Amino acid sequence: MTGILSLITYSPLLGVLAILVVRGLARPGVNTDAAVRWIALATTLATFALSVLMLSSFDNSASGFQFMEDFAAFSGLHYRMGVDGISVLFVVLTAFLMPLCIAASWKTIENRVGEYMIAFLVLEVLVIGVFTALDLILFYVFFEFSLVPMFLIIGIWGGQRRIYAAFKFFLYTLLGSVLMLAAVLGMIGIAGTSSIPELMTYKFDPMLQTWLWLAFFASFAVKMPMWPVHTWLPDAHVEAPTAGSVILAGILLKLGGYGFMRFSLPMFPQASELWAPLVFGLSAIAIIYTSLVAFRQTDIKKLIAYSSVAHMGFVTMGIFSGNVQGEQGALFQMISHGVISGALFLCVGVVYDRMHTREIAFYGGLTQRMPWYAAVFLLFTMGNVGLPGTSGFVGEILTLTGTYQVSTWTALLATTGVILSAVYALSLYRRVMFGELSNPALAGIKDLNWREVAIFAPLIVSTLYLGVYPASIFNITEASVQALVSAYQAAIGG
Amino acid sequence: MTLSDLHVAAPELILAGSALLLLMWGAFQGRSNFAYGAAAVLALVAAAFAAALGVQGRIFSGGLIADDLSAFAKVFIYGFSALAIPLGERWLMRRGDCKFEFNVLIILAALGMGMMVSAGDLIALYIGIELQSLALYVLAAFRRDDAKASEAGLKYFVLGALSSGLLLYGSSLIYGFAGSTQFPVIAEAVSQGAGGGVLFGLVFLICGIAFKVSAAPFHMWTPDVYEGAPTPVVGFFAAAPKLAAMVLLARVLSEGFGTALEQWRQVIVAIALISIFVGAFAGLAQRNLKRLWAYSSIANIGYALLGLAAGGELGVQSMLLFMVLYMVDVTGFFACLCALQRDGKPMETIDDMAGLIKERPALALAMTAFALSALGLPPFAGFWAKYYVFKAAIGGGLTVAAVLGLVGSVVAAFYYLRLIKVMWFDPAVGSTERPPFEARSIAVAAALFSFPAVLVALVWLDPLAKAAAAVLG
Repeated sequence: MTGILSLITYSPLLGVLAILVVRGLARPGVNTDAAVRWIALATTLATFALSVLMLSSFDNSASGFQFMEDFAAFSGLHYRMGVDGISVLFVVLTAFLMPLCIAASWKTIENRVGEYMIAFLVLEVLVIGVFTALDLILFYVFFEFSLVPMFLIIGIWGGQRRIYAAFKFFLYTLLGSVLMLAAVLGMIGIAGTSSIPELMTYKFDPMLQTWLWLAFFASFAVKMPMWPVHTWLPDAHVEAPTAGSVILAGILLKLGGYGFMRFSLPMFPQASELWAPLVFGLSAIAIIYTSLVAFRQTDIKKLIAYSSVAHMGFVTMGIFSGNVQGEQGALFQMISHGVISGALFLCVGVVYDRMHTREIAFYGGLTQRMPWYAAVFLLFTMGNVGLPGTSGFVGEILTLTGTYQVSTWTALLATTGVILSAVYALSLYRRVMFGELSNPALAGIKDLNWREVAIFAPLIVSTLYLGVYPASIFNITEASVQALVSAYQAAIGG
Repeated sequence: MTLSDLHVAAPELILAGSALLLLMWGAFQGRSNFAYGAAAVLALVAAAFAAALGVQGRIFSGGLIADDLSAFAKVFIYGFSALAIPLGERWLMRRGDCKFEFNVLIILAALGMGMMVSAGDLIALYIGIELQSLALYVLAAFRRDDAKASEAGLKYFVLGALSSGLLLYGSSLIYGFAGSTQFPVIAEAVSQGAGGGVLFGLVFLICGIAFKVSAAPFHMWTPDVYEGAPTPVVGFFAAAPKLAAMVLLARVLSEGFGTALEQWRQVIVAIALISIFVGAFAGLAQRNLKRLWAYSSIANIGYALLGLAAGGELGVQSMLLFMVLYMVDVTGFFACLCALQRDGKPMETIDDMAGLIKERPALALAMTAFALSALGLPPFAGFWAKYYVFKAAIGGGLTVAAVLGLVGSVVAAFYYLRLIKVMWFDPAVGSTERPPFEARSIAVAAALFSFPAVLVALVWLDPLAKAAAAVLG
């Protein structure tokens, strides 16, 4: 199945082309918005189908890269694609969330629909490209250019302070990325290759690793985001349209975690070990501090944004524990958070579409008018808290187990985050859903419609399925994670 | 020296001859027309072919060199000069004062630039620079009824004359201490320890050339001249002359002072970093797009200088590729500005561009591409330009300078993003006039080069630049 990765990566471009053709051919005055929406939905569904096809022929027992493609380009660079157990699920996750995003924007995006859909389709190309690229520069191209569609999505279709949020998002991430670029160029110069599989086995000088690690850390820590460089995230989330938030939380944040697992750990093992206490410290702070900050929020979306930062703290902690439980847990947590946080932002979108406010104080007593919505929100709130039986539990328990073996204190501190997440998530639920329906504006609010049910259904199914049968993920990731961990342990002599 | 040696100077002879012929033709005809412009373009294209395919060698006792480096540079210099003719001529015609001298001056400037990249001694270097500069002074003030253009021309002339003075002073010092004006002899003297005097002269020489490429702290003239001069003329002298001066600098430094790498490198790195930061920070305050792009060009020259400072073949190669990719972007950007007009007035401030994406999607997309490219965002041409430069700089041991340069590019990102923001996010303020065909096509073609054509182009540009750089390596 050589070539399927490029096919998946660039298939959304066919949708872009179709949208441009439809808009170009339409007679002046004819509204093409409906056609554009259907094209975007069909394209993203087709991409998802392709990614499932790819997953079905993925060999779980192999730890190396599969479906490799390799063409030489200029300046010693190559066009290299390939996936292993670590990246393959992110491809599927991206392809899975995209149709939901398109569907969630069906009614809410009224102006510049064509450009909106094109921005999402291009974003899909770039994000899948990040996960499939096996050449450093190719990776960087996808990684960096993904800023542009997101910048436009926030800036054009965002809320009140969208310009500020878009600039902050762009400049923060750009500053991190250029430091990574310097490291990338240095690595290519030293190792003489830009191939990621080759660099994963190249042994950099430990002193040099320290610097390279820090440069990559600058980029991925901002993307993740880790405390204290997380401040762009709440702004970006609050201002972005619902679907933009879903992609941001569901996929773009995972680029950071993926980067740590793909680059920092295998390429700079000594430096990773050296800096692991720093990561543990920052993760513990992120988990506790941002949970407390989340508790004080008055805006639903901002609260969920901060809770994302806290959950990403578990991921970074797990990754740098350097053992199988930690890595598996971090990967699982990323996939699960992609589903749950995406679903939570969609939940916020449901009430925002109806009332055009996200103030927690505005709501209250919604269970009386929107029972189905309350049930859905409850499920994802529980998933966010990490209730056993939902996918949120598996990732947290594994990252904690993994970290406990390396740094007991970090694990102990992080465990309080599990409680704190229950505090803010349940109090949010109480304030929005329970109590008296005191606000007269809410009297006529409608429950979920069929389109919304259709969007939530796959998310509910995957949250529960992953929660009760997590092996479905671990079977795929295990071989690659084992290889990663044994190489890491061998390198640090543990 | 026989007559057949003159084959080496074929491009120069073609340009000099056609400039004289066109001058005569123009004097009788009075005004420029299509055939006249086409003849000028033809002369430049013929010279480009002569440079690419002609005989290589050194003539006039090493004063004029034709090698892979000069051929590479000349093809682009003549090519971009040829592009300036339709762009500028049509622009001036629409304003009703296209004097035929415009084409002659472009050819003379191209001739001067060609001599700069071929210069093998200090005398030829000076003649080349002066020929080019004098033509550009006149071009800057070409709309002599326009007060701003006259001001621009005058400023350019006075500061340019000052820089020529510095250059001459440096040359005379070098000649005095090294005993020759020829680069190889100077190199010999330097390697035998000609001492401080030569290096003192070199610093003056570098300052003089820094003026010409508008590197900070010798950049003061740039924003004023860019703002005042006619837009297509700015598009011309933001591109080709910079490449010529950079190649000249590379040749002087490598051929004449190759053994003193550690000495001149400090100066070049300092100038490069100052340029990058001046360009980035001063650009933040600009509302006029021509002034903004002046600061952007200052920052970009900083990057090119950083590549050059990396030294060796890789350094020169990175500088050449950077300049070529940058030239396409900057030409395309000024072609956009030439194409845009609202209520009979050119659109020159950032705010004029509000909502352009709805009104002129092609031009707005092109400008977005140029802004992202200038920002250094992959996969646009500007990223690949920076890729080569920073790779060379880090490989050449200038890691700290490279990281500082990259941080500077993040500062500059703010004003490029502001342009994109205005075009994409803000509501339109009025209706623009139909853009003229030639400016629009050049802009769109340059944008398509910036992405995706650059990915194909680099496959053959990369080895060509490598071969050109090998001459100095």
